[in-house]
Formats: sequence, C-alpha cells, structure tokens
Amino acid sequence: MLDFFIGHYAYWFVFILMAIGLYGMTVKCNLVKKLIGMTIFQVSIILFFVASANKWGATVPVLDHSAGSIDPTKYINPLPHTLMLTAIVVGVATLGVALALVITIYNRYQTLDETRLLEHMRKDDDSE
Amino acid sequence: MGINTMTLSTVPLLAVLVSLLAVPLILFCSRRPNLREFWTIGAGVVKFGLVLSLLPGALAGKSVGIALLELAPGIRLALKADPFGVFFAMIASGLWIFTSFYSIGYMRGLGEHKQARYFSAFAVCLSATIGIAFSANLLTFILFYEILTIATYPLVIHKETPKAIRAGRKYLAYTLTAGLFLIAAAAVTWQITGSLDFAAGGIFKGHPLAPSTARILFFLFLGGVGVKASIMPLHSWLPTAMAAPTPVSALLHAVAVVKSGVFGVIRVVGFVFGPALMKEFGLGRILMVFAGFTIITASLLALKQDNLKRRLAYSTVGHLSYIVLGAGMLTSAALTGAMLHIAFHATMKITMFFVAGAIYVNLHKENISQLNGIGRVMPWSMGAFTVAAIGLSGLPPVNGFISKWYLGMGSMQADTLIPLFILVASGLLNAAYFFPIVHRAFFRRPAGDELAGHKEASPFMVVPLCLTATLSLAFGIYPDLFFRFFRLAAGVAGAILGGA
Amino acid sequence: MILSNSPALAPLSLLLAAIVIPMVAFRRRWLAFPIALCASAFATGISVVNLVRVLSEGVIHYHFGGWIPPIGIEYVLDPLSAFVTLVVNAVSLLVLVHAHRSVAAELPDRSMPYYAVVMLMLTGFNGIILTGDFFNLYVFLEISSLALYGMIAVGNKKSPVAAFRYLIMGTVGGSFYLLGVGFVYMTTGSLNMADIAKIAPTLYHQPALVAALGLMVVGLGIKMAIFPLHGWLPDAYTYAPSASSALIAPVGAKVGVYAIIRVIFYVFGVDFVRHSLPLTDILAWLGAIAIVYGSVLAIAQKEMKRMLAYSSVAQIGYIGLGIGLANPYGIIGAVLHVMNHALMKACLFLVAGNFRLKLGHSTIPRLDHRVRKRMPWTTAAFTVGALSMVGVPPTVGFFSKWYLALGTIQNGRWLFLAALLVSSLLNAVYFFRVLEKVYMKPLEGDVPDDGDTALAEAPGSMLIPTLVLGIALLLLGLFNAVIVTGIITRIVPPGM
Repeated sequence: MLDFFIGHYAYWFVFILMAIGLYGMTVKCNLVKKLIGMTIFQVSIILFFVASANKWGATVPVLDHSAGSIDPTKYINPLPHTLMLTAIVVGVATLGVALALVITIYNRYQTLDETRLLEHMRKDDDSE
Repeated sequence: MGINTMTLSTVPLLAVLVSLLAVPLILFCSRRPNLREFWTIGAGVVKFGLVLSLLPGALAGKSVGIALLELAPGIRLALKADPFGVFFAMIASGLWIFTSFYSIGYMRGLGEHKQARYFSAFAVCLSATIGIAFSANLLTFILFYEILTIATYPLVIHKETPKAIRAGRKYLAYTLTAGLFLIAAAAVTWQITGSLDFAAGGIFKGHPLAPSTARILFFLFLGGVGVKASIMPLHSWLPTAMAAPTPVSALLHAVAVVKSGVFGVIRVVGFVFGPALMKEFGLGRILMVFAGFTIITASLLALKQDNLKRRLAYSTVGHLSYIVLGAGMLTSAALTGAMLHIAFHATMKITMFFVAGAIYVNLHKENISQLNGIGRVMPWSMGAFTVAAIGLSGLPPVNGFISKWYLGMGSMQADTLIPLFILVASGLLNAAYFFPIVHRAFFRRPAGDELAGHKEASPFMVVPLCLTATLSLAFGIYPDLFFRFFRLAAGVAGAILGGA
Repeated sequence: MILSNSPALAPLSLLLAAIVIPMVAFRRRWLAFPIALCASAFATGISVVNLVRVLSEGVIHYHFGGWIPPIGIEYVLDPLSAFVTLVVNAVSLLVLVHAHRSVAAELPDRSMPYYAVVMLMLTGFNGIILTGDFFNLYVFLEISSLALYGMIAVGNKKSPVAAFRYLIMGTVGGSFYLLGVGFVYMTTGSLNMADIAKIAPTLYHQPALVAALGLMVVGLGIKMAIFPLHGWLPDAYTYAPSASSALIAPVGAKVGVYAIIRVIFYVFGVDFVRHSLPLTDILAWLGAIAIVYGSVLAIAQKEMKRMLAYSSVAQIGYIGLGIGLANPYGIIGAVLHVMNHALMKACLFLVAGNFRLKLGHSTIPRLDHRVRKRMPWTTAAFTVGALSMVGVPPTVGFFSKWYLALGTIQNGRWLFLAALLVSSLLNAVYFFRVLEKVYMKPLEGDVPDDGDTALAEAPGSMLIPTLVLGIALLLLGLFNAVIVTGIITRIVPPGM
C-alpha cells in the first residue's frame, strides 16, 4: 500500500498541485489570484507529462555512443518533453492574453474583485 | 387499377403551385387593388379548373400524381390525386373562388388595412390546403399541414387588436402542438412499417401491432389531426379564432383548416390504420365516443352564444364531429355520409358565415339579439341563411339532409343505434339554435328606426352567398350534380373498406 | 500540386493570411479585409475540393513532411471532417462579408488586428477538424481559443470580463483535454488517432484509458458548451461585438462537438465507451436537459443576442442528445444539425447585427413595426430563421428534429422525444414574440412613422449574406436528403 504511494510520489505531487490550481481558479474572487491558480494548474499538467517521461536509471535523451549499444531503456522518453515545450508556450500566451484582459478590466472598472465586477455588469445591463 | 396505383401527371403539382405563383404578383400589385384582386381570382379559377380536370380519372378510381425530391432517405415529397384527394380539393378550390369575390366586398366595405398581406396569405393557405389534399404520404402531409398553420396565422391576427393577437397565440399554441404530435406519430409509424405512404386499407398490413402500441399511436395521431378537426377537448381555438375577419372564418375555419383536420382524420382511419386494425383494437369506438360527446356538447354550447359568429363556430365544432362519428362507424354508408358531409357542410356553413359578415359590414351588428327585423332589410342574405339553417338541421330538400341520412344508415349498418340518436338529437338542437335567428330576422320588429334607410349588402357579398345557398339546395335535390360528389364518396368508402 | 496537398491548404492559407495581414496592412488598413476575404474564400474553395475528393476517393491521409504516422503528424480527410470543414468555412465566409461594415462601425481603429485574429481563429478551427493527431488537436484548440478570447474582448465595456471568464473556463477545458491526452499516451504509446483506435479495444479495462476518455470528453465538453459546462457562453456571445458573435456562435461550439464525435465514435469506439463509462447516456441526458433549460431561459431574455445565446445552448443540447443516442439516426441528426444550426444561427446573428447597425440596439422590447417597414428583407430573413428554429417544414430545422426524433424512437427513449418536441413549442414562444413586435402596429397610440430617413435597410454587403443564409435554410431543407444520403450516411461509424 505504502509502496503505491511512494512509487508514484511524482504523480501525487502533481495531483496536489492540480487541486491547488483548481481551488484558486474557482474559489478565489480576485482575478489575479484566479490567474495564479490557472498557471499552477497548467504547470501541474506539464509536470505530469514530464514525470511520465522518466524511467528508472535512465539518463538525458542525448545519444552517447561511448555507452555502447543504443538501448532505448537507458534514455528517458523525449517526446513528452517536446510536447510540453509547446504546452509551455501555450500557457505563456494564454497568461499574456489574460493579463492584458486584467489590465483592461481594471482600467474600466477600477476593481479586480469578481463579485463586485458582476454587480457592475448587472447595473450596466439594466441601465442599457 | 386500384386506388393505390398511380400514373404520372404534373397536374396535382400545378394545382398546388398556381396560387403560390400568384403571391409575388399580389404583393407587387399591392397598390393597385383591382389588378391585385385579379390575380387572386385568376389563380382561383385556374386552380379549380386544374382540379376539375382530375375529376373524370377520380371517378374511375384512378390516381395520378408525381413524386418529387426525396425529403428524407426513403421518403419522397410526393403528390397523389386519389379520389378522396380530388374530392376535398374540389371543395376547397371551388369555394375559394366564392370567398375571393366575397372578400373583395367585405374588405373594401370595411376599408380594412393590409389587404395585400391578406390576399397573399389566403393564396398560400389554399396552396397548402390543396397540398394536404394531394399528399401521398405522411411526411408530405405534415409539411403542408404545418405550412397551413403558419400561413393562417397572419389571417387570424389580421385585425391586430389585442383580442386578435391573443386568438392568434392560442391558435398557434394548439396547432403547433398538434403538429408535434403528428410528427411523433409519423416517426413511430416509419419506425414500425418503414413506409409512410397512404394506402387504402392501411399501412400496417403485415406489421402486427401490440394493443398498447396501437392505442398510443392512435392517440398520437388523434392529437395531431384532432386539433384542426376540433374534436373536444381540443376545439377551443376555434371559437376564439372568430376574432378574424369573417371571410377568414368562412373559408378557413369552415372549409380549409377544419376540413383539413377531418380530412386528416379520415386519412388516418382509412389510409393509415385501415378498418381492420381499427376494429381489432376498438379504435373506432374511441373515435365515436369523442365525436358523440363533441356533437352534443357543442350544440348545447351553441345555444348559449349571443355573438353570431361564435354560435356558428360551435355549430361547426359539432358538425365536424358528424364526420368523425361517421369515420368511427367504419361502414360504407357511414363513410360515404361522412365524406358527403365534408362537402355539404362546407357549402352550408360558408353561406352562413358570408351572411354574418354581410350583416357586420352592412349594419355593424354582431350579436343575435340585435338582429330583429333585418330580414326585411336584407332579404336575400337572410333567405340564404334560412336555406342553410334548414340544411344544417338535417331537413330536406337541402343537402345537409342527404349526408345525415347516410350517416344514420351507417349507424344502422353498424348495428348500433346510439349514433343515430345523437344525430337526431343534434338535428333538433341545430334547429333550436338556428331557427330563432330566422324568426327574429323576419318576424320581429326592429327597435326604433335603426334599420331605416339600409339596404341589402354589396353585391360582391350577396351574390356569392346566394350562389352557395343555391348550390346547397341543388346538391340536396341531386347530390351528383356537376361534380358527382356522391359517386366519388361512395367510391372512396368502398376502396377503404375493400382495402384495395 | 494543389490537389495533392489539398488537405493542408485550408489551415495553411488562413495562417498565412493571419501573418500577412499585420505585415502588409500595418500602414494601409484598408488592405486587411480583402486579404482576409480572399483567404477565407480560398479555404472554402479548398474545402469543396476536399469534399469532392473524399466522396470519390475515400478516406485520405496526408502526412506532413513525409513522416509516416504514428511518428509523424497526419491530416485525415474523411466524410465527417470534409463536411464539417466545408460548413465552417462556408458559413464563416458569408459572415465575414457581413462583418466588413459591422467591424467598421463598431471597431474602426482596430480592424486590422481584428481580421488577423479572425484568420487565426479559422486556422485553429480548420486544424482541429482536419488533424489526425491528438496533441496537434490540442495545439489548434488553444490557437483558436486564444483568438476567440481576443475577438470577444474587444466589444463593449463588459466584454473583457466575459472574455476573462471564458478564458478561465476554456483553459480548464483545454488542460483537462491535455491531461487526457497524457493518459492516452502513457497507456497506448501513441498520439495518432487511427493508431489508438487499433490499440484501444485491447485495453478495455485499463483505468488510465477510461480516465483519459472521461477527461477528454469533459475538456471538450467545456468547449462545446454542453450543459452544465456552458456558463461562459451567454455572456461571451452577448457582449462580444456583433461580428464576433456572428463568427463564433455558428461554428465555435461545433468544433468541440466534432472533436467529441471523433473521440467517442472513431477513436475509442462505441463499444469501449459503453463498456467503461455510461458516457453516451450521460451525454444524452445532459443534452435533453440543455434543450429544455436553454429554451426556457431564452424566453426570459430581453436582449436579442442573449436570447440567441441561450437558444444556442439548447441547440447544442440537440447535438449532444444525438451523440448520446449513439445510433445511426442519432448521429445523422447530430451531424445534420451541426450544419443546420450553423446556418440558422449565422442568419439570426447577422440579423441582430443588422439591427445593431441600423437601430443602434437589438433589445426586443424596443423593436416595433417601423423595423419591418424600413428593413423588410432583414425581417423576412429573421422570419425564415425563426421558422427554421421552431422546426416548420420545409426549412432545415424540421429535418434535424425529424432524424433526432427517429433516433429517440429507435432507442425507445420517449422522454427525450418529448423534450425534443416541447422545445419546438418553447422556441416558438420566444421567436414569435419578436415577430409579433415587428409585424404589428402597437396597440396604444400608434407610433407615427416620422419618415426617419436614418432608419433604412441594411447595406448590401450586410444584407446579401443574410439573405443567402435565409434562402439556404429553405433550399437545404428541401434538398436535405441529398446531403444526408450523399455525405452524412457515410459518416455513421462502422459497426452501428
């Protein structure tokens, strides 16, 4: 049983990060805190992929001819790493767009609190 | 050649399309009333002519038609002018010509607004009605049925008063819901039999049904066609729809819309389920119970109405259920009588509505209590009304007697006397709510001089109503006059029961 | 060369346009729209070519860079992807024509970057539909999502908030999807859809694969806006500029639908799905609830765009129901509705855009009969759209409902049939309300038609796409059997 936890410690860590991220996104009212939660969530998934690429006793995926025959089990899987490069870029772009939105929202409403924002929007709706 | 085979002909398609083609012409000529009305009358005459050309074939029991594009895999948009369809189409298209002339008199007499919209909507409605008459399968039927619903809406709300708009909403609520039931019923039928084509004697041959399935399916169909056929308790849109102008009530709610409903009932009874299936599950009895209840209740309600059009509306509800009753009895005389009543009730009721409208345009009176002595001022109109009243009460020599006679015979053929009693009772009630109107018109003095100086209504209105009254009388004396209604009806009844 | 590379050309041309527009039109703003229009027209043309190719040659696999899958990324053209790309591109082209005036009126100083972002969105959509690789789908999903956030945010004062909420929810969706992809990769070792389809049946009981399926469907479900994951949709559609609503509403949620169809029916297979999770049942129930919920809420709305947004939630419910039924008629109904809803919603949102341009608003209580007098063609198009949404034959809307009804009956799901039919009535309520307002004179005190010359019919470039869509609703309804038998019946996955 304990073996199960220890053997998969990386994934448990990732899980906890995901939970924290989701918590931040849903429960927190401040928009920036939501973004922080979102970033944590995205990063946790990236870490998940990276963790899944690992193999016990393997080294970085750079071919080393001096090590003898080319044995795939001696190198960790590079594919998830490359996929995650893309995912990181996506995360960065999303964060950029989100921060631009936050700045615009702050300029228009002078608040970043979600509940107050929704109130303002309802008022604007009714007066329209 | 039986009723289920078909030769190719574009005449049914042309008959449907003629009035549709008139619509843009009507709309473009909206500023020139005479030219605009010319298109309506022209389309009506051409349409009637086309339908009439199909009569000889129909009398011989042949069907012509055309299958157009596929609407869904395995189901085509198909028109088939079988004898029953020709029968209904003749009534609808023939009476449209009368209504168009009448409408001219009515609308111009009242200076009504939006006449272009009125006439073009009428044209679309008639297109849809002929489409319903000539539908070869359930999906085509549903298509034209829904188009009829949408096209009648602008006519119901024509006056655009709050009352009219409410009436329109109620009408739509009822008819759209009915359409949904019909769609569900058609979908289930397709699922079970793989075919939606109307066939004399039923589609379900070779597809045994469980009793519960058959009953639920029947109720779905009944919900679908029953709203337009005004079977109680689905009837209450009809009196409310009297908020429409009288020509609308006349044609649509005494001829096209409601007759499409009972046409649908007979299609369902004879061409979808078939007499065998109906008898097997006692569906005919269910129909008779609903119809009988409707006849009596509607006649009683008619007695209480002071507004003339509402009294006529309840009378229509009752008479429509004569037809449903006949369909439920499933004997040759009953079916013949039911179909004859489709035609004959149409001529009589339309006369009465025409008279009601003439009274309104001429004297601005709507209630029966105000009609004292108008017979002296409008003798032709009230004379026609009297003829129609005699017929609707089932008395010779007007045509209403003939259809009622056959319905009564059908009741005896079916070995049950209850329908006969209902018919007799209803006849008495009809007399009870129509003859007082006649009496008031001719034998009571008007209060004061209010009628002094008034004459008969405009000839545009009086001539059509006299013609329809004369037709009612003529058909009463010789039902096969011109159009061989009797032979057609008997032929169709035979085909249904014979299961060709 | 064009023919052999045709699968890739649609997204590539749009991507090229997205890059070229800022470079070329930086100084000369007026160039942005023509470039965008050309690219969109080209993409539509290529989609037609693709569809013809698929129907005659069968499924086409296009390997990028010559790398053979499962190592390389491939685009797959089969009847489903060809059909959906054609719908997306064709409808977007029509809306883009309309957008020219609308953007000029609502976003005059930002038109150039706007068109570039629209091109990016279309690139993303095309990529999602055509790709045969799961991770590639994620990439394009995020490309289109980022573009969408931008397009929504440039509306009125409230739109950044709506865009932000969409961003949060959309990122959650994308991330769930990515997580699902990770699980799939870990269990099957492949990211190629066709490859996984071969491997998955052997791994029915692997919890990781089942979890992957669940995560992917939830993630894509957020993009598809199936109830209860639809929360971002109403605000986003309402507060976005008219052109954005018209571009997003018809096709945006559809790519999510497409992806779900792929995942459930083509990659994992119906048997796997039924075996492991009652996903199809859940989808069907959620679809049915969405249908009623969306329709009821639409009735309560005063502003036309918001009403159309909730209506979209209901329509997406139809598609969800069709997918959830998982029988041939259900799939046919769902895919046909993808096309039908795109056409209907595009027509209706274009009408709303016309109203906004000419009247300055699209609030329903403020409409009156002058609208019909001054904008007769727009009102006529709205009427056809409304009739189609209610499901009056022979418009297209009737036929989606017919096939879906047959699908529910085939499975014996009477409750779903009832939901389907009741929604027609609910649709009638909120559409006829608008029609009553525009077709009838007000009752108390006739509002005088003061000859207000500013109120006129919408300009040609806005009117023509609206009318084309309206006519399409009728024609494609009458001829729907051609599309169904020719294309859609081939889409029904094997083994059904």
